Amino acid sequence: MTVEDIWEMLEDVTDPEVPVLTVVDLGVVRDVVQLGDKQWKIIITPTYTGCPAMQVIEDDIKARLSKEGLETEVELVLSPAWTTDWLSENGRKKLEEYGITPPQDEGDKSVLFGEKPLIPCPRCKSKNTRLVSQFGSTACKAHYQCNDCQEPFDYFKCLK
Amino acid sequence: MTKQEALFEYLLRNADDSLILGHRLSEWCGHGPILEEDIALTNISLDLIGQATELYKYAAEVEGKGRTEDDLAFLRLEKEYKNVLLVEQTNGDFGKTITRQFFFDHFEHLLYEGLSKSKDERIAAIATKTLKEIKYHLKHSSEWMIRLGDGTEESHERVQESVTDLSRFTEELFFQDEVDEILIKEGIIPNVKDYRIAYEKSIAAVLEEATLVLPEKDGNSMAEEKEFTLNIWVIYWPNCNICREHIQGWNGKLITNNECLNYELCSLPIRNS
Ligand SMILES: [Zn+2]
Repeated sequence: MTVEDIWEMLEDVTDPEVPVLTVVDLGVVRDVVQLGDKQWKIIITPTYTGCPAMQVIEDDIKARLSKEGLETEVELVLSPAWTTDWLSENGRKKLEEYGITPPQDEGDKSVLFGEKPLIPCPRCKSKNTRLVSQFGSTACKAHYQCNDCQEPFDYFKCLK
Repeated sequence: MTKQEALFEYLLRNADDSLILGHRLSEWCGHGPILEEDIALTNISLDLIGQATELYKYAAEVEGKGRTEDDLAFLRLEKEYKNVLLVEQTNGDFGKTITRQFFFDHFEHLLYEGLSKSKDERIAAIATKTLKEIKYHLKHSSEWMIRLGDGTEESHERVQESVTDLSRFTEELFFQDEVDEILIKEGIIPNVKDYRIAYEKSIAAVLEEATLVLPEKDGNSMAEEKEFTLNIWVIYWPNCNICREHIQGWNGKLITNNECLNYELCSLPIRNS
């Protein structure tokens, strides 16, 4: 069993709240360390501090590896802090196909009264959209609506 | 007081602020004025409780007595909570909840920016992580202050009332004692006194846009109003099935001996559901 094999197994573990993404796409898995012949340590980091999915992710990782007869220890680290930059290119593509707009480059906006970034509609690609709420169905998403096709959609908001 | 004791105390204070405010906000769940705000307030609540968890975890390790983050969060008596009074103020109307959040977010934003540069790596990591979330909270509460203050006559009047009522509690955010002095000296926490002007400026900028004004300071800015916390604990503390009282002096051991401690009222065994 090599480190690459483990990473491949982790590709089967999906985010319980955005099931189209694997924990690898999401950038939640930070490292894979071999501890012994059949023992591995997986280091993960939360997207948001209060993310309720972390326990499920930990259990799912353990369950996946135990299928191969492996014992897993999961360690949660906070630093360096997760950023949407760690979302893989593949993950971004999958998100968009799923109907969630992936994080857009929001530039170096000031916290208050900053310029609003243009968030394209995942359905018709129009940039004529409006923010409905900065807080969406889960901690990592904001809620938008398209002014052209009227589609309400989630935007995977930038966290830097 | 040793450095370790000071650190434990400081972590607990900040964790309590986040926990209590998080729980206050969670009371909005299912009661928000519109669906989007119901979701926003509970999302912010979740962030705050997440922050609290990390701080309690670290506090438990610093203390080294085998207590867990849950023990620290839930197995203390109401008088042992160290949160600032601002965060435990009742939700009131939506405008009051937003005003409370607004005063807190602006402070927390400055504080956590400072803490993200702490010499204590763990605190720096927690602060760096939560700062990203706080920026969203700050934006949310500030935009609502403007929308309510510069909104209708009624929204203006009501949110102004909350500003007048709650601003006296902001004084406490800057209180310092031996705990702070020790940790400032060690480079573990910033000196919040240095943030006073920045805080007042950032508050003022939003209030001006919102056409709201702070009340004149009248000297006795903060009254003894510790009674509010009690309202929250009822949620955590089991109620006796027979006498319906929430159990006074519950210390977590009750679960094993299943007995109501409200002897005068009722000494029958209870079920914990
Ligand atoms: Zn569209």
